[in-house]
Amino acid sequence: MKSEEQSLFKTRGLTKVYVTGDVEIHALRGIDLDIYQGEIIVLLGHSGSGKSTFLNILGGLDRPTAGSVFYKEDEITTLNDGGLTKYRRDHVGVVFQFYNLIPSLTAKENVALVTEIARDPMAPEEALALVGLEDRVDHFPSQLSGGEQQRVAIARAIAKRPDVMFCDEPTGALDSNTGTVVLEALERVNRELGTTTVLITHNAAISELGDRVVFFADGHIAEVKTNATRRPPSELVW
Amino acid sequence: MGALDRKLFRDLWRIKGQALAIAMVIGCGIATLVMSLGTLESLEQTRAAYYERYRFADVFANLKRAPQRLAAKIEAIPGVRQVETRIVKDVTLDIEGLDAPASGRLISMPDHGSPALNNVYLRQGRLLAGGRSNAVLVSEPFAEAHGYHPGDTITASLNGRKRALEIVGIVLSPEYIYSIKAGDMVPDNKHYGIIWMKRQSLAAAYGLEGAFNDIALTLSRDAKVDDVLAQIDKLTAPFGGVGAYGRKDQISHAFLNNEMHGLESTGAVVPPIFLGVAAFLLNMVILRIIETERGQIGLLKAFGYTNWDVGAHYLKFVMIVTIVGVTLGCIGGAWMGRGLTEMYTEFFKFPFLYYQLDTALFAIAIIVSLVAAFLGTIGALRKAIVLPPAEAMQPSPPPVYRKASFGFSKLFTGFSQPVRMIIRHVTRWPIKSFFTSLGISASVAILVVAFFLEGSIDRLIEIQFDETARQDVAVVFEGAHPRSALAELEKMPGVLKVEPMRSVPARFRFDQKHRRVALSGRLPEGEINRLLDTSLTPMVLPQEGLVISSKLGQMLGAKLGDRIAVEILEGRRPTLTLTVAGIVEEYIGYSAYMNIDALDKVLGDQATVTGGYLLIDPVQEKNLYQELKNTPGIAGVSLRSTVLGSFKKTMAENMLIMITFYIIFATMIAVGVVYNTARISLSERGRELASLRVLGFTRLEVSSILLGELALLTAFALPLGCFLGYGLAWLTVSAFDTELFRLPLWLTAQTYGKAMLIVAFSAVVSGLIVRHQVDRFDLVAVLKMRE
Repeated sequence: MKSEEQSLFKTRGLTKVYVTGDVEIHALRGIDLDIYQGEIIVLLGHSGSGKSTFLNILGGLDRPTAGSVFYKEDEITTLNDGGLTKYRRDHVGVVFQFYNLIPSLTAKENVALVTEIARDPMAPEEALALVGLEDRVDHFPSQLSGGEQQRVAIARAIAKRPDVMFCDEPTGALDSNTGTVVLEALERVNRELGTTTVLITHNAAISELGDRVVFFADGHIAEVKTNATRRPPSELVW
Repeated sequence: MGALDRKLFRDLWRIKGQALAIAMVIGCGIATLVMSLGTLESLEQTRAAYYERYRFADVFANLKRAPQRLAAKIEAIPGVRQVETRIVKDVTLDIEGLDAPASGRLISMPDHGSPALNNVYLRQGRLLAGGRSNAVLVSEPFAEAHGYHPGDTITASLNGRKRALEIVGIVLSPEYIYSIKAGDMVPDNKHYGIIWMKRQSLAAAYGLEGAFNDIALTLSRDAKVDDVLAQIDKLTAPFGGVGAYGRKDQISHAFLNNEMHGLESTGAVVPPIFLGVAAFLLNMVILRIIETERGQIGLLKAFGYTNWDVGAHYLKFVMIVTIVGVTLGCIGGAWMGRGLTEMYTEFFKFPFLYYQLDTALFAIAIIVSLVAAFLGTIGALRKAIVLPPAEAMQPSPPPVYRKASFGFSKLFTGFSQPVRMIIRHVTRWPIKSFFTSLGISASVAILVVAFFLEGSIDRLIEIQFDETARQDVAVVFEGAHPRSALAELEKMPGVLKVEPMRSVPARFRFDQKHRRVALSGRLPEGEINRLLDTSLTPMVLPQEGLVISSKLGQMLGAKLGDRIAVEILEGRRPTLTLTVAGIVEEYIGYSAYMNIDALDKVLGDQATVTGGYLLIDPVQEKNLYQELKNTPGIAGVSLRSTVLGSFKKTMAENMLIMITFYIIFATMIAVGVVYNTARISLSERGRELASLRVLGFTRLEVSSILLGELALLTAFALPLGCFLGYGLAWLTVSAFDTELFRLPLWLTAQTYGKAMLIVAFSAVVSGLIVRHQVDRFDLVAVLKMRE
């Protein structure tokens, strides 16, 4: 268990309300959570439980309706657009369920897209090697399998040496074997680079990968569970 | 090159067909701009240099006969720099091998040295100095039309005496760049030539020793032209002066100005249309790309790319397409401009040619296109810029379709589902659909103008030659004669009928404005030469009062019932006050008419004529021509067949090229718009259409949904385009409205029909290309694709 001083994120009373026409959707209803340096934290919940909204706000992709998010000492919820962009550029790596690779760029170029604007990036080849794709660097997304594409996405996220990785259902579109390879890549990055990793899933089996598991339900945190030991991806069954 | 730029180029390459189609539309607009303005610039420079080197005069005046000492008085007028006195006489020519009589203008050259003003450029042979008294120089267009070389002779009738003149040199003159006979519409080099002769010889032939009948002069920079003209008129009036005029009324200069004005109008009207269409197409394409790349935009932003980075990425896309278009346009325009300038040089006979493309013109072309492209796409780019990253990651919500509102839905009941899909898709994006139709209709409109130009010229010929000037031959006498002189003409072989004509030089003044124009006396109900009122029906000249052409009325600001001061510039030179009793429509020049009897009366003359209009029996044509050639006292003869022939030839040379370009350009717009629309539709609805294929719809059925939409938009565009085309034709008519020449606003069913056919055909071809792509759909791949 990590101490209070090492917390990377602190959220207080985080609330998000979407207004569509006359309908108000309460996606988050006052979330208080601390995320610690170097941990893998798994957010678990059904779709619509608010976990993606939470991740987007932490990642600086969206703004809360109320409440605050502190990244280290800085309250990112007060940042303007430019400030948020800089925050994302300097600190955040993101991996999505649908990989979101640029189809017209090769694996290496997709990674370069990020390293080109980062302060202290690793070489794209190095990042690809970390996810085991050293011999697929010049392939276009259409020439890669789903798992390979997702590993490119991970390489793209880690190449800038982010302080935190946000992964939204990274295995959601993959079969379990391929998913395992992807999770291994994530776990390895966390282990070797110490990158704090926030991982969303609705697959309970994957939660054993994390140091802690946060259960989301209807915009609340229903429960926070701490795993005594992290289980390696190869031992997960789903 | 950064990864983002690599994406840019690969994406561009992927839609190269569409990008190229848009670039071509931009290219057409820019090519027109560069061609017309570049040629204009070249012509202006060439003409200015020609004028300067060969000392083209600023002011001209013709009179009956004045002693040489008058020149000193004219030179003393403030603002006058240099004066050149001359003898200028119009004569009939008898040219071997040419049945029809021809006419020429004899101009005196100083006996020693070259003229101080209006010097000639020697092309072949030698100048007159030291030669024999019958040595002459002839203008090159005339020499070319007859294959004359130095050493050949021509026969001219000087003061009633036939003389053989020996050509010693062939020249060009800045005064006759466009050598056109007074009263004609276009040059006729076969039947009209300019001839220079030693002053001594010409003076001897006309008894003008120590005298002159024409002056040309230059002005100092600060001279007030109108004041100088008035002073000259005062000085020359006692000597039969018919009014001095400046360059703007000098016929060659004015025709050249007219041509340049046409280039200017083309450069001002055509490019904005193309750039407007291109901006719309760019907007459509970039909007679609941004829509499909929502996820990628969100992703880039999630990685820390700023809004501006993303905006700049798509802006670059727009700019590259634009730059490609501008480059194509500049190259094409420079090439076309060079060709056009060469054509003009050949046509106008410049001794040299300046074709230097001004880099400023290219800069303007680039800036104008980039600004148009930027303004056209700023709305779409803004979407990419403001899209919040989290929202961008969500697939865009399905478009909200509605059942047609009450009453409308009844109309739907009979339709099959695919037809409903078409109608809903079109009405779901009414603005986009409207602009698509507008784009297609722009090409219809341009084609309407192209065919309008063609038809309008035919109509002009019909009005001019079949409805107005129906004479086979027009004869102009030297000076005024009693009307009985026409009896001589009537007796000539083959002459069926003669109508009298009297032309009096005059200056019209109304409300501060004034114009020099001949006042023509005509029979009130002439059958050979008729006048048409503003609704183009033959008009009976009123018993008294003045009838002016609508253009003259417009120039003077005078209308029916106004009283105009008419200074007669010959004889006793009275100033008459005449009421405008009628307005006639004319498309060439401007003129004023009176009942010939009334004219004689107000001038206090017996029945007088200066010429006649003849109807002839074509079988006797040759005999008549021979007789006319041998009759003294005839200053000029115009033949319908030759005038019509040279008019058609000139128009064909100038207009056909223009029309061809318009057709090519308009077709490019049509293809550009239809192809782009179909491609975008295909990309928007690929999934939907593939689903239908999976459900068992045939290829034909599926592509008919896509093409049905295009057909619907095209069907809407056709009438809209005709409507816009009418407006554009109207604009063209106004743009080409000059003192020399106007076009009748004449659009027929054929004009619209041809335009619509071409666009419909282009639409079908573009549709088939896209249909080919529908046929090759990889169903599984399309369905797997995440929207």
